Amino acid sequence: MHPVIKTVLGRLAMGVLTLFAVSLIIFSSMELLPGDFGQAILGQAALPETVAAFRRELGLDQPAIVRYWQWVTAVLQGDLGTSFSGRNASGVDRSREVVDLVLPRLRNTLFLASIAALIAVPLSLLLGVTTALYRNTFYDRSVNMATLTTISFPEFFVAYLLILFFASLYPIFPSLANVDSDTLFGERLYRAALPALTLTLVIVAHMMRMTRAAIINLLASPYIQMARLSGASSAEVILKHALPNAWAPIATVIAFNLAYLVVGVVVVEVVFVYPGIGQLMVDAVAMRDIPVVQGCALIFAVTYILLNLLADIIGIITNPRLLHPR
Amino acid sequence: MSNKPNTYSAVAEVAYKRVRRSRLQRVKLGLSKAPPTAWFGMIVIFLYIFCALFAPLLAPYGEAEIFPEPFAPWSSEFIFGTDQIGRDILSRMIYGARNTVSIAVATTALAFLIGGSLGLAAAINMSWLDQFLSRLVDVLMAIPSLIFALVLLSIFGSTVTNLILIIAVLDSTRVFRLTRAVSLNVVVMDYVEAARLRGEGLGWIMRREILPNILPPLIAEFGLRFCFVFLTIAALSFLGVGIQPPTADWGSMVRENASLIMFAQYDLKAGLTPLLPAAAIALLTVAVNFVVDWFLHKTSGLRDEQ
Repeated sequence: MHPVIKTVLGRLAMGVLTLFAVSLIIFSSMELLPGDFGQAILGQAALPETVAAFRRELGLDQPAIVRYWQWVTAVLQGDLGTSFSGRNASGVDRSREVVDLVLPRLRNTLFLASIAALIAVPLSLLLGVTTALYRNTFYDRSVNMATLTTISFPEFFVAYLLILFFASLYPIFPSLANVDSDTLFGERLYRAALPALTLTLVIVAHMMRMTRAAIINLLASPYIQMARLSGASSAEVILKHALPNAWAPIATVIAFNLAYLVVGVVVVEVVFVYPGIGQLMVDAVAMRDIPVVQGCALIFAVTYILLNLLADIIGIITNPRLLHPR
Repeated sequence: MSNKPNTYSAVAEVAYKRVRRSRLQRVKLGLSKAPPTAWFGMIVIFLYIFCALFAPLLAPYGEAEIFPEPFAPWSSEFIFGTDQIGRDILSRMIYGARNTVSIAVATTALAFLIGGSLGLAAAINMSWLDQFLSRLVDVLMAIPSLIFALVLLSIFGSTVTNLILIIAVLDSTRVFRLTRAVSLNVVVMDYVEAARLRGEGLGWIMRREILPNILPPLIAEFGLRFCFVFLTIAALSFLGVGIQPPTADWGSMVRENASLIMFAQYDLKAGLTPLLPAAAIALLTVAVNFVVDWFLHKTSGLRDEQ
């Protein structure tokens, strides 16, 4: 078997194993609840029979392994369970399916994250490569200083600064990014401008610094020096010699930061009251609505793991040493 | 080192005694060479510690003292105005230094205690323990830590103790990896082997043989981890699931006063109020980063290759 395929398969197997472990952890969050949480959710007035019925509905009368199996098969079929909110002591069930809550919001979050990524990825690669090439110049130092400061700022500080300038002092953009399914694309873009800008600023700083470090690391290696000494032009050195080896670190950097986007989106959505999955999760945590928290956490974790897996695989299949084995 | 004679003479060389500087002298010398950014960082950190220690003396009013006028403008009575239920913002900022910073320090210290000792133990005892801990850390790090923290907080509830424990455990994974990686280089040294043959126990080898040799990267990591923990706790409090009211905390203060920002058009000072606690968070993080940068530069010569 070709060594590339072998390595990729090994990495995929590791990924599946990680997903399994993560699903176990998220599932066990239901296990860790205190014994009387049924009473706490349904209210003090709930009859013992109602509580017992609720527990039976959650399957708490069955062993954990059986429940894990049922949960996983349901999740794989797109059923994330039923929300805790909307239940009350009388046993009347107005709760909603977690999937119905999550799906429309997931679409909004993906929209916001992809706009931020579309701006941030090319911009930070450009900044990272140019600062690495012209390092220790005034340009490099000022970009570095600016990004170091941005990294140290909490996301909500950046967000409120942008609101102060672009929504309050000079009302160009709305400070609340309330969109719904009827909002047209252009309007949606306009309303999501400030959240997307916040996310972009935060991840450009990280991504640019990591790209710069990766490129500098690469340019210092002996074979690049060799290519320079043998008289290759600087364009040739970069395109022909440096780039093939740079794909892996660059892919890692991009994936790492897109994964970081997943986390940043939670805070930014809350600041701008953007109806995304991050805000849903925070609300669910405050109300201790475990099924919703589980569903959102599962989506975030799976995205994070898949992005990292993708970066690893890109790193493997673009590695010249693996592609042309001796 | 100290001044050498210009001309050579055998007698002078024999008489020449190298004076070893005392620890205090070395610290003084190091400080005098510190760049302005590091000085700035150290002064800011000192001011924060001062505020945190003497909060009750510095603050004009109490932490949860309520005045009749909510959202009062900036005045000589309330320097930064009052918040949504009429508490003095300046006093809460000063008490916030005490609460927010001490919780972050406690969390970081706990994370280092857990991650550091387990990392050292794993590096010394390269057997099933190392395998088990390393795989466990891999899995824990596969979930973004803010998301993981949210899940755990939803189960256990948002109390300060839970917050410290959860963030410390999640952050100890990174400390574990670093400690394990740097101590692997030290564990193979002969003097560690000698200590082991002498019959020293695991605890002794960890504390007396390995720890002193891996301290500089760990101290730098402590600064960076502190920033990270501090920002995570601030973010959680901002989201409303971290430090709970009425405890004064910068993250939740931003959230409580956020609506004021839209009044910046009419009264710029009012619009700046919610930014003050956020700026306090940002300033401390920048300061710690500056000091860590200088420290790393000094201890390891870590810099971009020319």
